[in-house]
Amino acid sequence: MELFWNVATTLMDPFVFLLILGGVTAGLFVGAMPGLTAAMALSVLLPFTFKLPPLHGLVALGAVYMGAIYGGSFAAILVNTPGTPSSIATAFEGYPMAKDGRALEAIGLATVSSAIGGLAGVFFLLLLSPPLARLSIQFGSAEYFWVAMLGLTLIASLSPGSTLKGFLGGSIGMILAAVGVAPIGGENRFTFGMPVLQGGVEMIVALIGFFVIPELFNMAAHGRAALAEVTLESRKRGTFLAALRTVLSMPGNLIRSCIIGEIVAIIPGAGGSIANLVAYNEAKRASKHPERFGKGAVEGIVASESSNNVTVAGSMVPLLTLGIPGAPPDAVILGVMLMHGLRPGLDLFTVSGSLTYGFIISMGLAALFMIPVGLLGGRLIYRVIVKTPHYLLVPSIALVTILGTYALRNSMSDVVIMLLLGTSGFLLKELGVDSAPIVLGLILGSIAEMGFVQTLLRGTALEHPWLMLFENRLSQIIIVLMVLSFASPYLSAGVRRLKKPLDELRDEEPPE
Amino acid sequence: MKRALLLALSTILIVGAGIAFAGYPDRPITYIISFNPGGESDITARLQEPLLEEVLGVAVNVNHKPGGGGAVAWSEFQRTAKPDGYTIIGTNIPHIIGQPMLRKDSGYETNGFDHIMWFHFTPNALIVRADSPFKTLKDFIDYAKAHPQVITVGGSGTYSANHLETLRLEREAGIKLTYIPHTGTGPLAPAILGGHLSALMNYSMLPAQLGDKVRVLAVASEKRVEALPDAPTFKEQGYDIVGGAFRGVAAPKGTPKEIIAKLADAFTKANKKIAEKQVPMGFVMEYATGDEAKTLVDKMEKAYSDVIIDILKGREKK
Repeated sequence: MELFWNVATTLMDPFVFLLILGGVTAGLFVGAMPGLTAAMALSVLLPFTFKLPPLHGLVALGAVYMGAIYGGSFAAILVNTPGTPSSIATAFEGYPMAKDGRALEAIGLATVSSAIGGLAGVFFLLLLSPPLARLSIQFGSAEYFWVAMLGLTLIASLSPGSTLKGFLGGSIGMILAAVGVAPIGGENRFTFGMPVLQGGVEMIVALIGFFVIPELFNMAAHGRAALAEVTLESRKRGTFLAALRTVLSMPGNLIRSCIIGEIVAIIPGAGGSIANLVAYNEAKRASKHPERFGKGAVEGIVASESSNNVTVAGSMVPLLTLGIPGAPPDAVILGVMLMHGLRPGLDLFTVSGSLTYGFIISMGLAALFMIPVGLLGGRLIYRVIVKTPHYLLVPSIALVTILGTYALRNSMSDVVIMLLLGTSGFLLKELGVDSAPIVLGLILGSIAEMGFVQTLLRGTALEHPWLMLFENRLSQIIIVLMVLSFASPYLSAGVRRLKKPLDELRDEEPPE
Repeated sequence: MKRALLLALSTILIVGAGIAFAGYPDRPITYIISFNPGGESDITARLQEPLLEEVLGVAVNVNHKPGGGGAVAWSEFQRTAKPDGYTIIGTNIPHIIGQPMLRKDSGYETNGFDHIMWFHFTPNALIVRADSPFKTLKDFIDYAKAHPQVITVGGSGTYSANHLETLRLEREAGIKLTYIPHTGTGPLAPAILGGHLSALMNYSMLPAQLGDKVRVLAVASEKRVEALPDAPTFKEQGYDIVGGAFRGVAAPKGTPKEIIAKLADAFTKANKKIAEKQVPMGFVMEYATGDEAKTLVDKMEKAYSDVIIDILKGREKK
């Protein structure tokens, strides 16, 4: 109880509120700019946080992190470009909605879902840290491999046309992931004698290329503004209360997405980029109207945006309890904590409890602050994008994209790679190979490779090293999930086919 | 028009270079870090940034250019950076020793830098989980002798400081281990705490951070590390293994001596202040400037040459 009052009084400081407000706003704009990542923003902030007391420094970093993961949804909805990899699935539904003049509605939903997700993450962190931390270290190299395989089964549902073409895209992504220095073995692969290719194809560079460039080509080719003016009806649905009502009307989806977000968050190295896709996929599978997905289904936005913001506080579970950074931004936060002499572990929650709990609660506040900042900021960005004629919008987006790509690693070659990938992405799209499976293959390719080779190495002394892949109970569970996930579209199609004749018979029964 | 612009630009550059010599520094300095934000190299540079600005009186901009384990930035730096003291780059041993020897297209040379300073050292440490049956280095080595390749040792990267140290331990002790590379230091903590690996060969910061959840069997430093007073060194236990990662900063080859000296002075002052924060985290501060900085590279090159030659021989066989 005393701890509670300590925490409350430290947070009831106008300066802390100012830090959170500033942090969320700054994070939002960083997240909305393709190419600028949360890790980068936190790293730039680092020198400033050292001048602040530890709590204030951590509060500022947490707020920026929260804002950045949420900000990615703006670019996803308004220009079909996930601002961060955590918003890939948001683009699937948000952009079609924006095209239909429902941009503000989509932003409203993303805002409310993100805030709820952020709060859910804080809730998990406060109440369930010890068991989640124990689960987190169960994931070894074999489990990573199977998680990546499980992720690849998402391709089936991410490629609306042909599953085969989806897997073709996934393979292209996995080959792109192999460029550069081999993670194991250290040799240069596919560098064609160019030292600069040692850096490989950075995931975000590919993300920008595959999503933005084809969209720009489309906008230029069709010679019209990207978005329709928002209708009055949709404007009403974009208000806070209306959006809140919509989001709360799907509690199952919300709870499922938050749990998925939390489980992915505690697997070190996965994070929001995978959480949003898994949650989206599950929302689609559970939906009564899966055919609406890809055309502006609100459930998709809710799933994607709630799950990715869970990962912000959610990934702090292994960080605060065990000192394991789950994602690059967490590494920066760990650095700041260590620099202030705060060592992850039990002491953090007892000896320096008021600081740790203050930091955790401040992330919850940051999630709440996203609502006013996001709804206002969202309207502003929307106005700018809608009012700009397409002949100005296309070059402006192109410019921002190129700058963002360059800024990522200060590398001109990344810009060239981005443009090349983008152009081929456009052509592939014309052939029916979608961008999403390619990017998914790229994200998961390296995780799968690392996990597979590490596991085989761990089994060096065994007669059959590959048996290591199946050894743990957790691996076996993931394998079952993978098989189910892969088979379920076919199973449900089969069930429908079986049921159909019955339904038809019933329909044909003459009325009495 | 284009030619006029070019002329104007080159005039500015020439005049600029002249002024640079007179009153260095008089404009912002770019400090390139060849790793991702959030890593040790980045965090150290972020700590140095305000302190350097105080001493030098100009802005110091930390820029990232990650990729290829640092090689992307180092190769571009050696190719394009002007030796005027306004572009400097973070360097790491053994990376700049191992990569040019082991990769075909690393694109740079170990001796292609003018080293300003090596500012700290993070020795390798052999780490096991607190409940591991290996209580001492002797237990570990005895078991490895009886069971070749059964012990799995995780570390960060291939041919990295961690990897090369594991190879040196194998050579010195006459044992066979199985080294498992990971991407960075982050995944190592869950791998050891979750019992997926028998041991880790990683930097001294990790055990300082994990505390009593792990035990350090040996540290690869000359003397015991301040933050780990109970952890014995390899030397104490009869193995001549000293190594780890040295982090430092370098200028392009051919940078005037006065400029290097001025930068070395600024980095030394910054390092003394940063020591307060880094020593408790498991860092060992270094102050190697001038000829000493160059000698350190040569010394470490010699220390690792045997295992690197082994690796190259192994490759030829394949």
